[in-house]
Amino acid sequence: MSEPVSALNNISHTGGIASISEIGPLGMITLRGDLSAGWMRKAVSAAGGVNLPEQGRSNFESDRGVAWMSPDELLLICPYDEVSDRLERVQGAFANRFALAVNVSDARAVFDVSGPAAREVVAKLAPVDLAPGEFEPGQFRRTRLAQVPAALWMLEEDRIRLVVFRSVARYVFDLLSVAAQPGSEVGHF
Amino acid sequence: MSTRLATGGRLLNKSRAVDFTFNGRQMRGFEGDTLASALLANDQVLVGRSFKYHRPRGIVAAGPEEPNGLVNLGTDGKFEPNQRVTTTELYDGLTAQSQNHWPSLEFDVGAINKHLSRFLPAGFYYKTFMYPRAFWKYVYEPIIRKSAGLGKAPTDRDVDTYEHFYAFCDVLVIGGGVAGLEAARTAGRSGARVLLLEQTAHWGGRAPVDGGTIDGAPVETYLADIIAELEAMENVRMRNRTMGAGVYDHGYVLGYERLRDHAPDEQGPRHRLWRIRAGHIITATGALERPLSFAGNDIPGVMLASAVRDYVVNHGVSVGDRTVVVTNNDNAYLTAIALKHAGLDVPVILDARVLPQDSELMAQAKALGVRVLMGHGISKVNGTKRVTSVDICSQAGEGAVLESVNCDAVAMSGGWSPVVHLWSHCGGKLRWDTAHACFSPDTDHAPKGADGLGFVTPAGAASGMFALDDVLHDAHAAADGVVTSLGFKLPKDSTAPVAERREDAPMAPVWLMPQGAGVKLREKAWLDYQNDVKVSDVRLAAQEGFVSVEHAKRYTTLGMATDQGKLSNINGLAVLAGTLNAEIPAVGTTTFRPPYHPISMGAIGGEARGPVFQPVRRTPMHDWHDKNGAVWEPVGQWRRPYAYARAGESTHDAVMREVTNTRHKLGLLDASTLGKIIVKGPDAGKFLDMMYTNMMSTLKPGKCRYGLMCSENGFLIDDGVVARIDDDTWLCHTTTGGADRIHGHMEEWLQTEWWDWQVHVANVTEQYAQIAVVGPNARKCLEKLGGMDVSKDALAFMEWADGTLGGFQCRVYRISFSGELSYEIAVDAGQGQAFWDALMVAGNDLGVMPYGTECLHILRAEKGFIMIGDESDGTIIPQDLGLGWAISKKKDDYLGKRAQERSHMTDPNRWKLVGLETTDGSTLPDGAYAVGEGENENGQRNMIGRVTSTYHSPTLDRGIAMGLVLNGPDRMGEVLRFPGTDGKTYEARIVDPVFYDKEGEKQNV
Repeated sequence: MSEPVSALNNISHTGGIASISEIGPLGMITLRGDLSAGWMRKAVSAAGGVNLPEQGRSNFESDRGVAWMSPDELLLICPYDEVSDRLERVQGAFANRFALAVNVSDARAVFDVSGPAAREVVAKLAPVDLAPGEFEPGQFRRTRLAQVPAALWMLEEDRIRLVVFRSVARYVFDLLSVAAQPGSEVGHF
Repeated sequence: MSTRLATGGRLLNKSRAVDFTFNGRQMRGFEGDTLASALLANDQVLVGRSFKYHRPRGIVAAGPEEPNGLVNLGTDGKFEPNQRVTTTELYDGLTAQSQNHWPSLEFDVGAINKHLSRFLPAGFYYKTFMYPRAFWKYVYEPIIRKSAGLGKAPTDRDVDTYEHFYAFCDVLVIGGGVAGLEAARTAGRSGARVLLLEQTAHWGGRAPVDGGTIDGAPVETYLADIIAELEAMENVRMRNRTMGAGVYDHGYVLGYERLRDHAPDEQGPRHRLWRIRAGHIITATGALERPLSFAGNDIPGVMLASAVRDYVVNHGVSVGDRTVVVTNNDNAYLTAIALKHAGLDVPVILDARVLPQDSELMAQAKALGVRVLMGHGISKVNGTKRVTSVDICSQAGEGAVLESVNCDAVAMSGGWSPVVHLWSHCGGKLRWDTAHACFSPDTDHAPKGADGLGFVTPAGAASGMFALDDVLHDAHAAADGVVTSLGFKLPKDSTAPVAERREDAPMAPVWLMPQGAGVKLREKAWLDYQNDVKVSDVRLAAQEGFVSVEHAKRYTTLGMATDQGKLSNINGLAVLAGTLNAEIPAVGTTTFRPPYHPISMGAIGGEARGPVFQPVRRTPMHDWHDKNGAVWEPVGQWRRPYAYARAGESTHDAVMREVTNTRHKLGLLDASTLGKIIVKGPDAGKFLDMMYTNMMSTLKPGKCRYGLMCSENGFLIDDGVVARIDDDTWLCHTTTGGADRIHGHMEEWLQTEWWDWQVHVANVTEQYAQIAVVGPNARKCLEKLGGMDVSKDALAFMEWADGTLGGFQCRVYRISFSGELSYEIAVDAGQGQAFWDALMVAGNDLGVMPYGTECLHILRAEKGFIMIGDESDGTIIPQDLGLGWAISKKKDDYLGKRAQERSHMTDPNRWKLVGLETTDGSTLPDGAYAVGEGENENGQRNMIGRVTSTYHSPTLDRGIAMGLVLNGPDRMGEVLRFPGTDGKTYEARIVDPVFYDKEGEKQNV
């Protein structure tokens, strides 16, 4: 095996109203199954190290966590090199129950948008109410960035993390760079 | 003449002069001017020529309703046509050119049309240019296009940038006049999130011009206070230079922010399109003044009374030294008073009304020494490029001239119409307000949201309130109702401010001046300035049977210009109603559609231009392909190498080389774009048996099977190889374009039809880089990498295995779309480039070359393999393609089974797949049709087949093709004729579609 590479080799862009950086690769495991079942809650805390999140939210302990994706889907996020171990643990916890756990780490590209205008830059591309108080750390949204699907959450005030499909990493990086162009402050939030 | 006054101009910064040019002439204005006010300050009243008759036209209004003042603005990459002078803020270095004239604004050849106006009545184009038909394309249309049209199309790429912004609020207030400010403050006090939009750069709307007293203080004090209060509110956001452009379902509103139009040299996007979701919308959009219809009302110097007043008060510009005011209401007296206060002459006010006693404003005007003639109007305005005098007549008569008065401007007012556009965009109904002769929102029939309740509320003049005190009360009440409905509460002490009341005399509707004007005068009384529609045209339309307002509009083009009839609609439909002897509300209005005022195409596109116009999907090896000569082909949103052209090599030659090399040595294909969908669960086998025409549940773990998918209508929608991973897990390969579609298709059936089946699907397409290693040397290459056993015994054709190769974790599928010994190897996407590199090194002395999609196509066509999208087009069933072997006879059901049993699907006359071999070795044109005997009922040659795929095969050194042919498989050896579009007719023999290695020996070694 060679060193795993992210889609854009951790490219970054500064000089705009927010800085854009590709991070990763990040470990990601898609979980599907009955989210109300006790065994699912146990599997999630065993493999994810956090409690199963409520609708529209995510639970994180530093860079490990679990996000709510849909009524029967979660996304487990962890350091890239922990994926196979966690995948094994979750599959063990699922035993032979009707559930799915699959590694999607390489299918994704991850970007951080940071700076005081981070909310505004993302609000130019995603139809999400990103006003302070309306969107805060702990929340998680599946949405779109301009023409491609995306998921986003806030790591802290002034820093938003975006997950997109790997094949559109370049498009999303270019998109965020355009949205952060100098002189484009909105001053709305 | 029009000129700058020594005093006045509340919006100007007279310490900063601004230079600009109009038609190449240097002019000077001040910061705070609009282009319109600056032109007027430079005595440039004439700004354009009309659309049809090329009549000289001047500025009429001071806002977005301006019909005449459209210019080509800017140069090169900042050029934009049809920019309204009244909504263009002046900036240093602005260049403007007037439109629709030739050769010059002052002398225009097209103006001869005005002498032909009796030959150019309503519907002229429809009547004249009908016959002969062929003339339309070659004679009429080119001439009409040359003589009509407004601005020039830009020739350079737009150098500016644009963007969108998504905003959310509880209450969106559109309009920053007193009504909007008051509504925003009231809503803001309730704690609701409020967004207030104002299209101009200034708050307060007309109020500072028209004056008044609010809570005992001048309007200016009220405005300063309320703006400060709003700015201090945490929950209120204010945006000027942002127009509410359109209201759509579910509280969705488009706002159009003009960020850099007034400062084009500053960094940043030029326009921003706000995409707003509002809990409720308050339209405080004010009202627009209407012109009066009298002869010569289009001569430069005739303006709306409110505009004349605006230019004096806001910009310190006088439109003329001597201004005649003509009106049917009290409001226009404010203009006379403002002009007198500015030291200008008002020789006479012509008031069409006859009133028993003077109102407050009339008395004020008279006290300033203005002569007022009641019951009088204008018979005719004299002048060509500028007003020289007016002929006065009795309004009640037919226009007999009683007196002529010299003047250089006319200020007219036909009353006011609330701006109901935004209220109406989403279905808000209107009612006729007889007292003010206007349509105003019918609040019992508001545009309704998903809950069945109205989501738009008008406020102030936009709801038909014209007195300042009424406006304030209405705005407060509107906001109170809105926030209450949203669950917010106003503080108990919140009350509307009180404005001092002025008792105005009632207005009187005047739709034609004088009311008995004969045809000669009516022909010179304009309704729609920009489209040159006159009172006589609307009357003619009515006489000719166009009695519906929508029909009359289209027949006459009334209200169809870029101002969308802001000035002309009510006057036009009043004339129509009069001619039809009907009430105005019975005639109704035309439909109001967004945008309220034109918005830029750039703003609509937002960021989507240049590299981010559309997402391009890239595989992990994209950059390598690019560096190694890839000629790109779009496949879905992916880019795939069509071929890898070497220096000096044509694309065709590259393809031929790639085919030959792959057949004889070793080829690498980036197959990462192919869809990969995991299907898992206790019912996964049952589910796949429904999805595919063949049996997938019986596939053994470790094995692969080619499968076909059909829609429930029986048509072939996708194909690919399915691998069984373990007892309850399968991996389905789809076509490149099919991955997302088939994933959605599976989810749809699972969620809507078989929701109780225990199956999960996951699209893992992008998790893997997949590389096809193809050719006689494929196994040697993998053995050189070392690792898992890839021998025939360990990994037979149509099997898969997990393992390592060259240290890479991989999954190897022994499948072949080429007919050669072939392995498709999946590694994690992040390893893709490294693995590709390793294969290139290992294959170096085995003759490795990458190959592209065209080579892939030729390889599969030589083998007679079908391609979704070539052999299928949405109307093809597997049986048409000789794929009966892939349709299970054992299964009770699969998607498409019943449809395929319908009579049309089992018709023996359906065209069937065959191979086609040209008799001379040439290559058939793609898509060519085979012609049969005789003609069909339309007199066309009968068709008996068509080419679906066609290539030059370097392996066979001849053209090969596949096609669908009537009774094709039964006609082996027959020669068909295919006329090409190049004038040649090609002959091809029907053959078996498998041209190469029919026994499949090469792939099974």
